[in-house]
Amino acid sequence: MAKRDWSIHPPLIYPDYKSTVLRGPKKPLITIDEALMDPRLPVYGEDALGALDNDLTRNGRGNGEPLGERIVVHGQITDERGKPIPNTLIEVWQANAAGRYIHKVDQHDAPLDPNFLGAGRDLTDKEGRYRFYTIKPGAYPWGNHHNAWRPNHIHFSLFGRHLESRLVTQMYFPGDPLLQFDPIFHGVPEAGRKLLVSTFKLELTEPSFALGYEFNIVLRGRNATPFEADDHE
Amino acid sequence: MLRLLKPTTMSELKQTPSQTVGPYFAYGITPEQYRYNHRGMADHVLYKNTEAEGERILIRGQVLDGEGVPVDDALIELRQDATPEGFGRMGTGTLPDHHFEFDTLRPEGSGNAAPHINVIVLMRGLLNHLFTRIYFSDEAEANASDPLLSRVPEARHHTLIAQRSLENGRVVYRFDIRMQGPEETVFFDA
Repeated sequence: MAKRDWSIHPPLIYPDYKSTVLRGPKKPLITIDEALMDPRLPVYGEDALGALDNDLTRNGRGNGEPLGERIVVHGQITDERGKPIPNTLIEVWQANAAGRYIHKVDQHDAPLDPNFLGAGRDLTDKEGRYRFYTIKPGAYPWGNHHNAWRPNHIHFSLFGRHLESRLVTQMYFPGDPLLQFDPIFHGVPEAGRKLLVSTFKLELTEPSFALGYEFNIVLRGRNATPFEADDHE
Repeated sequence: MLRLLKPTTMSELKQTPSQTVGPYFAYGITPEQYRYNHRGMADHVLYKNTEAEGERILIRGQVLDGEGVPVDDALIELRQDATPEGFGRMGTGTLPDHHFEFDTLRPEGSGNAAPHINVIVLMRGLLNHLFTRIYFSDEAEANASDPLLSRVPEARHHTLIAQRSLENGRVVYRFDIRMQGPEETVFFDA
């Protein structure tokens, strides 16, 4: 497998993001080679997903439609060589349009939306593509420092094929003025930050329905060697 | 099939950077405690629907921060094999005392490898998830020749070894995950 690229990923302790200080390990990670790892993560079938799992505008309805700006997010999941990763699980969760999570620990003084859950999932197709409909999440305050606000973001969890390809990340929105102040975003070395910002695309925008954003994701794949078994289904 | 691939130096894309799982994953990733009609992909019981045989065990522990305080918003994932049945998840916010507790089958070793379970650790305050492994205290001989454990300084082996006990007739393995300090758990960069 390709190694974790520490020139792109954030460090384990990044003091501007205060909770890393007591939670990030301080001893060096022990590097092991791939031969010692169990390689595969589970592959889920279509039957593991509900019919509305990739439509967050519909999967939490009570008595009407959720409030906010309807969006559609598209993307392709590949490895570093651009090879698509088909049939892999993507899970997403986010705040509602007012910047409130339905999570019971979220105490932000903003309204819950009785028609919005804010969680969903999708499986990539044969070309590694995914798509889901949702509501653009709002910004919300958090306790990291005085007047701290998280930029609008959607949490993503991805499996890929192997234990090493597992990734949890956040998708941001272009032009968000809060990005420049956010220590979680800034924990990523500068060269990597733009990879977390989605692109607005008019061609993905559905007329009279939803604004279109693209967020492509690159997971760790196999190192290129001259000959290699092609194990992508 | 075998085929020729391009050299690794050509047109590599950068890996998408990791970000923290944050404090609010539970309703999406481990949602059973919420009232919505949204099931999780995996929970704390592995091999629910399988006919696989073996010793049924509990694996219980806490995640402790640098001050020894139990973390109440970690997500622990167990990867025991490549099937959905062999993958488990639990949030440490689920139980009042912030334990994780998995109900699974005791794994078998294979080849030189001692019985073990791969673990993925995620939480608010971790910008990258971490990998560790559970080995078993009653497998001292197999552990001694395990190729991965042999990469770990001997003084730190015990941080990877779950301690077996019996509790009301059930086999319980205790496995705490210490993020920092002299007893910091061994984490792997794989």
